[in-house]
Amino acid sequence: MKIHEYQAKELFKKYRIPVPRGGVAFSVDEAQKAAAGLDGWPVVVKAQIHAGGRGKGGGVKLARSAEEVKQTAGQILGMTLVTHQTGPDGRLVRKLLVEQGLDIAKELYLSIIPDRSTAKIVIMASEAGGMDIEEVAAKTPEKIIKVFVNPLLGLQGYHCRQLAFGLNLPPAAIKGFTPMIQNLYRLFVEYDCSLVEINPLVITAEEAVIALDAKVNFDDNALFRHKDILEFRDLDEEDPLEVEASKFNLNYINLDGNVGNMVNGAGLAMATMDIIKLAGAEPANFLDVGGGASAEMVENGFRIILSDPNVKGILINIFGGILRCDTLAKGVVEAATKTGIQVPVVVRMEGTNVEEGRRILAESGLNLITAADLKDAAKKVAEIVK
Amino acid sequence: MAIFVNKDTRVVVQGITGKEGQFHTRQCVAYGTQVVAGVTPGKAGQDMDGIPVFNTVLDAVQKTGADCSLIFVPPAFAADAIMESADAGIRLIVAITEGIPVLDMMKVKNTIEGRPVRLIGPNCPGIITPGEAKIGIMPAPIHKPGGPIGVVSRSGTLTYEVVHQLTNQGIGQTTCIGIGGDPVNGTNFVDCLAAFEKDPATRGVVMVGEIGGSAEETAAEFIKTQMTKPVIGFIAGLTAPPGRRMGHAGAIISGGSGTAQAKIAVMKAAGIHVCENLGTFGELCKKVFS
Repeated sequence: MKIHEYQAKELFKKYRIPVPRGGVAFSVDEAQKAAAGLDGWPVVVKAQIHAGGRGKGGGVKLARSAEEVKQTAGQILGMTLVTHQTGPDGRLVRKLLVEQGLDIAKELYLSIIPDRSTAKIVIMASEAGGMDIEEVAAKTPEKIIKVFVNPLLGLQGYHCRQLAFGLNLPPAAIKGFTPMIQNLYRLFVEYDCSLVEINPLVITAEEAVIALDAKVNFDDNALFRHKDILEFRDLDEEDPLEVEASKFNLNYINLDGNVGNMVNGAGLAMATMDIIKLAGAEPANFLDVGGGASAEMVENGFRIILSDPNVKGILINIFGGILRCDTLAKGVVEAATKTGIQVPVVVRMEGTNVEEGRRILAESGLNLITAADLKDAAKKVAEIVK
Repeated sequence: MAIFVNKDTRVVVQGITGKEGQFHTRQCVAYGTQVVAGVTPGKAGQDMDGIPVFNTVLDAVQKTGADCSLIFVPPAFAADAIMESADAGIRLIVAITEGIPVLDMMKVKNTIEGRPVRLIGPNCPGIITPGEAKIGIMPAPIHKPGGPIGVVSRSGTLTYEVVHQLTNQGIGQTTCIGIGGDPVNGTNFVDCLAAFEKDPATRGVVMVGEIGGSAEETAAEFIKTQMTKPVIGFIAGLTAPPGRRMGHAGAIISGGSGTAQAKIAVMKAAGIHVCENLGTFGELCKKVFS
């Protein structure tokens, strides 16, 4: 789960990680009030969307007076911000963060992520702050310091020293850096984060260490023990169909193509998308109805696929294991009867109770196209949408 | 011959009295698996279809000689269940549970590292040695006993698809293992590949991967340098958009790494026969393995 920068900074404050003074604004008026409360110029007006690269896209601007705040806030609020992370459609900016401007001496990079191959928590830092870290990693990997922390033992003093000296911090800044990194690690672990990133982390002219930016993502699997984080969820930042799917515990991702598909199991769902593409068509979505899907879940999945206006044909690919083919068939018939099928549907079923499933579909009177196997299914659905 | 499990494996099911635990225990027993015990805290003294239930795994091990555990415990308590098994002297832990927090799994992994215990999963369909033992949730009838092919996969239903196509071509399996779709898991591709390489009954291996992480790249290096048996590979997710979690927690392209294209290139360079069209998987296996 992702949250906004201003929300991440609220968490930072809770953990005594220094951030610039500032306030969130939902209107130009509020932006001006927030700026006035900072008593000093310049201030920074930052678009709040769930994507990086906001500065390059024109979503972060400096303002030197109340008049300029009014102007820039007016420009950014309501704009469709396009960055390398938003895709070509961009994101509508609905809120701003207005912060004090700082006298910056140096920009650093800092992040904490779980490292899947070693099962350790890795802290990455670099003197090349403020830049795209993936580019730094690709071109000059020697500029990135990595420290691996065993989660059973936690962050040790030497980890902090490796980072601080590796970053060539001046002695005065180390004093602020060490507690900051300890608190950041605590935040990461206590909230089951999947990413904490500060880019840039700045050293000010006064040698204070301040998180100029803040990005925090959470492990979806651990949200059950962090109910307070769920309040940070911003449905405006999510695809409406994906929000709808999440209400029914369906794994749905909206894509650009026109072949809707419904599959049980994530791996098979990805492979089904791939084979649709190989057959010369484009998948409209990823939809994993899961191993234990009920007829009701199948029905909701079907309805969500159909509500995407781009969908010109649907492929249902089910390998019955825990989800039995007869359960699936009942769900499809139910959904099709209720919503009315406007597009051709190709069904490929195999596995547990497949004969019963096929019988239910055949006797339903619905116009369904059955496929012998996966290759046949992809070919049939690709021909339909041509 | 087979790897990790056979007809003598003695299974304790953790979470045996839950809905899923009951259903799948019955399926395993029907297949011929020796399920000797179940564990549900607070239900010691009861039984499930005649299988004795214990409060703790340690009790179950001491009373029944169970050496393998099959876990259906909900995600919030699953890490605890895995570590309980490891401490009770279980040698093989099969964790089916999906949705365990990553931090919990990191702690589990660091705890069991270096100990004489193997973890399969979590978030996996389990392991089956066709004709001998099924310790998991896979549909039994699609499998064909007698080998000569070993199957290892990060997926569930995608594995069923692959096994089904093998069986349809008349190709049997020695052992099929789902290592799970989570970013931090127990047994990895290399562990399974090494075991299949040593197993005299296995003459070739099918490896099914997907986007995210670098497990396939590590496996490719192992295959190139240490394997003599032919390997057929498949990677799901060529059309997956970057930065999105594709159902499995571990299936995510992050920062441009973990793409299907990159994995396929590395696998091909390592001499793996990569199947690019899942619809023709069985045919390719027939060609390579015969």
